[in-house]
Amino acid sequence: MGLLSSSVSVTRYKVKGNLEKPVLEKVYNGLIQNAIPEIDDDHLEKIVGWTSFENPYVPAFEDSSFVIGPYLVFSMRLDKKSIPPKVIQKHYAIEMAKQLEKSGRQYLSRNEKKSIKDHVIDVLSLRIPATPNIYDLIWNMEESWLWFFSNLKAANEEFETLFSKSFKLSPIRLFPYTTANLMSGLSDADQDLLLQLSPTKFTE
Amino acid sequence: MLDIAVSYNQYKFLGYEFLTWLWFIMENQQEILKKSDKELVSLDIGNRIVLENNKTDSIESITIKGDKAGLEEGILSLQKGAVVTELNLIYKAGNNEWRFNIKGESLDISSLKTPETGPVETKEDIEAALLEKVFLYEKIFILMNNLYKQFISLRVTGIWEKNVVPSIKKWIAS
Repeated sequence: MGLLSSSVSVTRYKVKGNLEKPVLEKVYNGLIQNAIPEIDDDHLEKIVGWTSFENPYVPAFEDSSFVIGPYLVFSMRLDKKSIPPKVIQKHYAIEMAKQLEKSGRQYLSRNEKKSIKDHVIDVLSLRIPATPNIYDLIWNMEESWLWFFSNLKAANEEFETLFSKSFKLSPIRLFPYTTANLMSGLSDADQDLLLQLSPTKFTE
Repeated sequence: MLDIAVSYNQYKFLGYEFLTWLWFIMENQQEILKKSDKELVSLDIGNRIVLENNKTDSIESITIKGDKAGLEEGILSLQKGAVVTELNLIYKAGNNEWRFNIKGESLDISSLKTPETGPVETKEDIEAALLEKVFLYEKIFILMNNLYKQFISLRVTGIWEKNVVPSIKKWIAS
């Protein structure tokens, strides 16, 4: 779901740490080094990387094209090959029959079956193009906040790993505890009280 | 700071209490809403409330859907010991309207619809549209941050148990 869509879902983060100067060059390098490669002609089933907000299917970052006003705007792309289980089943059965005929045996060992299945998935992975999923993000470096445009657990986890790897910074998801801890201006004494809280009963 | 995964699960009750308190102040203490956003015209429950009752050994989830989601059923669930886990809210400022869902355990915002923005026809339009969208999204995040800040500052003090909880109990019982 894109940043400019009519309806969006957003997960908010606080970014911990600072980039070394020159900051934009560091961001650019992080994006380039972790830009998404194409896997259509590869055996890989899944790949994740950065891509540009304006042109997500041709990942290219020209100089500071990811800077819009005071924000850094780019996207994470998660490409995944989904081979329908029935297609795997069909090709597995065909390959099994071939192997049985070739060997003249009636049964194959567990290892042989596994190896046939892996081979079938490998071959099909080469024939099936990856489905791209694009998740936009907007990062305000000055105020250390970031919005990731998805609430999907898997996408958020991929984002957190990729972001930390690319920029050596920690994105901290803002949920009830972290929002209270990092965003609510509580004193040290109140922070201690926060740790001791337990659920309230609103009925007798 | 606590470990992220541990603190997420251990303190998600704060998000449920926040939404329960938010419903209470929307019904009874509108001045707190105005204090959080000077431009606020109204903040109301939209077409969905999700509650959860964890009173017994099993977790019971109650979803109330539809325009002007049945508040009576929601109150009845609160009376049985449930807390609010998700709300659909309608925020109005000036002549503009925002709609969104907020989830208690994560404070994630979903299905956020802002007032309409200009059409995007050229590359230059994208930049302007993006800045406008960010401004409109930020209105909701600032409102929710301010409200959560007010909630948490009450929650960590004695005012919560002494004044707020009795008022919420009274509202639920009425």
